[in-house]
Amino acid sequence: MNSVKALEINNLSKTYRDGTVALRGIDLVVEEGEFFGLLGPNGAGKSTTIGIMTSLVNKTGGTIRCFGVDLDEDPARVKRQIGLVPQEFNFNQFEPPEQIVMQQAGYYGLPRSVAGQRTEKYLRKMGLWDKRATSARMLSGGMKRRLMIARALVHEPKLLILDEPTAGVDIELRRATWSLLEEINAEGTTVILTTHYLEEAESLCRRIAIIDRGRVIENTDKKSLLSKLNIETFIFDLQSAAPAGLLLGGYTHRLTDSTTLEIDVLKEHSLNAVFEMLTTQDVNVMSMRNKANRLEELFVEMVEANEGQPSDG
Amino acid sequence: MPSDTLIDASLSSRLRSNRIGFQTIMIKEVTRLLRIWPQTIVPPVITTTLYFIIFGKVIGSRVGEMGGVPYMQFIVPGLVMMSVINSSYQNVVSSFFSSKFQRDVEEILISPMHNAAILLGYMAGGIARAMVIGTIVLLVSLLFVDTLSIYSVPITFSVALLTATLFSIAGFINAMLARKFDDVAIVPTFVLTPLTYLGGVFYSITLLPQPWETISRFNPIVYMVSAFRSGILKDRLDPAMIDMNLGFAFAVIVLFIVGLFSLTLWMLNRGIGLRT
Repeated sequence: MNSVKALEINNLSKTYRDGTVALRGIDLVVEEGEFFGLLGPNGAGKSTTIGIMTSLVNKTGGTIRCFGVDLDEDPARVKRQIGLVPQEFNFNQFEPPEQIVMQQAGYYGLPRSVAGQRTEKYLRKMGLWDKRATSARMLSGGMKRRLMIARALVHEPKLLILDEPTAGVDIELRRATWSLLEEINAEGTTVILTTHYLEEAESLCRRIAIIDRGRVIENTDKKSLLSKLNIETFIFDLQSAAPAGLLLGGYTHRLTDSTTLEIDVLKEHSLNAVFEMLTTQDVNVMSMRNKANRLEELFVEMVEANEGQPSDG
Repeated sequence: MPSDTLIDASLSSRLRSNRIGFQTIMIKEVTRLLRIWPQTIVPPVITTTLYFIIFGKVIGSRVGEMGGVPYMQFIVPGLVMMSVINSSYQNVVSSFFSSKFQRDVEEILISPMHNAAILLGYMAGGIARAMVIGTIVLLVSLLFVDTLSIYSVPITFSVALLTATLFSIAGFINAMLARKFDDVAIVPTFVLTPLTYLGGVFYSITLLPQPWETISRFNPIVYMVSAFRSGILKDRLDPAMIDMNLGFAFAVIVLFIVGLFSLTLWMLNRGIGLRT
């Protein structure tokens, strides 16, 4: 068990000048080397939390420690350890990628020779080296996202924070980004990811926290979290039309069309029994899949449950 | 991949890191002003040339001498100072506000750079533009005056440098507080231009009737124009036409620089206009 905490957030609160309460005393711990997911609906407080961690938002109360260093006591040392990939493009669109990444290296105090090597390394890694002299505004949306990742990595941070890094990118690029993030994490960088794609969190993150209305309503490892899911719906694609009066004792089911069968399976039930019943009734299954992302179902369940809780804001 | 060597917390390491950060911003700013030279360098030179033609040649020929020197020579220091003030202010306010608007200022705000290094980097850009334009305007003035010898190069240069420094900081404050492009134009239009025109560029404030002469002494630009004029014309100009004592003028400019620099650092530390 590694005792070093990449991030420790204690009782973090934020009230904006207009009186909006964004965070109501958040506690979070991220271990070194983790791939941590921060989930929550729009306006839950995810971006505010990231903003405070990266000094873009002033906190109202609480403490943040990054690799044991208090943000209030030594902000420069904390900032040096963090790389940020924000949600929106925040680079000068008129500058070329090489200049953007080189400048970022300069802001972090990297000598020019080191900055040059690192810029080439990360632009190549992101597949942008050939575009290094092209004005950033001419890059595609996916390229711009990769440029922001290269920029965040140039000072080789110990903690990489990504705020919805795959928002609006196509499936192919999203998968490529996932591979890249897994690679970065495997090399020892702690990764914190916020995302709306719950499939992404389920696929990448080992620990997940859910924030809603400025509170952490869940913070656990992915396996424990998914075990809280009581029911899952599976979709079976049948080889031929299902027989009339199909019997699946103990399982709620429905036909969405003649060859597509939806079955609700409680967590304590097994799928083997379902297959046995289908086989005895001569129903051949061609393929099977989850109706919705498991984490998504749980997420919706938890957020809906939290809506019933009193708000002190 | 994470680099522990970069998390060296020693003072020398931090100083080196901030020096590199400062140089990065300075190079970025100077590159920007050279890249868009038709916007940054040409317009102020054209404007000042028009002043030379209209106020110097057309009106100046009827005014004759002022304080023992031809009117054209009298207004040269004021016009150079006017271009220095406007250029330093405009460079910083437009560059920093554009960064705020495009949000690429976040690249700097999340970095470990000290706020003083950030401020100095932007100031360096403003000072560079002001000194380039001031020099060009001074050279252009040679087309309109028969001779223009400089009484003291160190005084002339240091006044220009200090003035550019002061208005670079002022431009930075404006950019920090501005929320939209209109806010960037308000101060130059309604504050800077009137203060400059009333700052003794075209006349000596000693020629003003009371209470306007006394009121003019509260205008900081009077001190800069007067000190710069002394640097160029002190050996030829009637002492009665020198508005301010040189030492006092230097003290006032330095005092303003120290005051505004401290205020800006305080604003940066609080994140005023930058952090929510």
